[in-house]
Amino acid sequence: MSENNPTFVLSPGPHLHTEESTSKIMWWVNGSLAPAVLWGVFVFGFNAALVVLASIAGAVLTEFASQKALGRRPTLTDGSAVCTGLLLALTVNPNLPAWQAFLGAMFAIGLGKMIFGGLGFNLFNPALLGRAFLMATFPLNMTSGWAMPRPWFGAPLDAVTTATPLAVLKEQGIEAAVQLVTSPAGLWNALALGFRPGSIGEVSLVLVALGGGILLARRIITLAIPLSVLAGVALSTLHTGVPLLHLMSGGLWIGAFYMATDYVTSPSTTRAQIAFGLLIGLLTGIIRVYGGYPEGICYAILIANAMAPALDLWFRPRRAAIAGSPS
Amino acid sequence: MSETTERPPGALQLLFNGIVSENPVFRLALSLCPAVAVTTTVANGFILGVAVLAVQVLSSLTVAIARGVIHPRVRIPVYTIIIAVWVSAIDMALAAFVPALYAQVGLYIKLIVAFAIIISRLEVFASRQPLVPSFWDAVGMGLGFMIALMVIGALREVLGAGSFFGIVLFKTKPLLFFALPAGGFFSIALLMAFFNALERKLTGGTAKPAAGGHHG
Repeated sequence: MSENNPTFVLSPGPHLHTEESTSKIMWWVNGSLAPAVLWGVFVFGFNAALVVLASIAGAVLTEFASQKALGRRPTLTDGSAVCTGLLLALTVNPNLPAWQAFLGAMFAIGLGKMIFGGLGFNLFNPALLGRAFLMATFPLNMTSGWAMPRPWFGAPLDAVTTATPLAVLKEQGIEAAVQLVTSPAGLWNALALGFRPGSIGEVSLVLVALGGGILLARRIITLAIPLSVLAGVALSTLHTGVPLLHLMSGGLWIGAFYMATDYVTSPSTTRAQIAFGLLIGLLTGIIRVYGGYPEGICYAILIANAMAPALDLWFRPRRAAIAGSPS
Repeated sequence: MSETTERPPGALQLLFNGIVSENPVFRLALSLCPAVAVTTTVANGFILGVAVLAVQVLSSLTVAIARGVIHPRVRIPVYTIIIAVWVSAIDMALAAFVPALYAQVGLYIKLIVAFAIIISRLEVFASRQPLVPSFWDAVGMGLGFMIALMVIGALREVLGAGSFFGIVLFKTKPLLFFALPAGGFFSIALLMAFFNALERKLTGGTAKPAAGGHHG
């Protein structure tokens, strides 16, 4: 089979390769998160940076250690562990001690992903499992002592701790929540740009939306899930009178664009994805309005993750050959 | 006595079987409900373990003695009544002698009537074997259950409450998660995985992993 003697090569399909690969997608996801991460670190200060680094380190080290221990090929360069660590860090309190973020990331990767067999086999979103673990383990550090972001470009107000808009909304009503986020930049500016207390990644809707837009433009995600999540939240909070405040608060957008759209833990047909998104949105609204926690997106996505295989089954596309034929 | 064709296994073998190779919680996956519910501390696990050990031994002995007169068709109700009698006795004894601990696990003591592990040993072993092997089987299974509860309790108490047998190890509560019910499921799953891995290492990979049994 030298060059002088050319021959046809027979190989099994598929013969056309796309340039997309898991690691490429993952690094695009990580990259698109960068603006929101940097902004969170900027407005919340040094500890937020520590939390992000500790969370990524925890995720990466746990993945490496478990793959070594199980004798599997290390797959750190695919970026999925970094992604989990990053997403976990974005959903926690910027004042969380860094070692707790590290532990949460260990739980996320170790018990949320590797124990199921690694990337592609996990039932639940690992980052959200890590967050749920942190909520159960360190409830005080996770839900109190929120930092007020530095006002515009002034000096950071280190000593001021406060509650999140959703927590105030739950405990003291609409007016108090509006009051909390209004000063000094105006209510909608504060919500959209991130001059309000909250998790590291939830504060700036504009930057999260920008990242989501990059993913949409790269066709890494489609609009089906994020839009139906937002629609579900709007539907289930309409009767409270402030659906817009609900839509712009909490980790909703991070959840809708980055967590609910996780390939592994969401359904794969469009109709199933819409049902999945609506389920997440409705549950989020119900938990926020009637449940025990101010924010519900984390548990809503985890519950919907458990439903994803069933949704794929219920909304199975009809086979082309028998479409329209009587069954 | 033609029911048993082969010689019944010896005492040591039965004890080892109950504690290690057929451990009720880690290998048979029976009675996981109470194993989650009461194991927030070692002491709770210990007291429930003692109660189960006593009920298991007394019921097995009763059935092994009376197996000639129990009609096969009504054996399950009869076993249940026998277990209920001994559970009532143990329940009252614990309430009388250790009221403080009883206050914590009292509900689960009464529930021992419905523990799958006890009736399954009566059905599988005590109703077919003579008195002495039945005794050792019951002791092995009861000890196995007790040790399992105490191991789970130790893990959860140290991690969840920062203490061991009530002795404070850390000033803070390190990982509250393990004191919660969800942490109980994770603790049992982790320990089960550990025992499966240990078994596989010891037997060279021939042993079957623990099957998820029915709860109760």
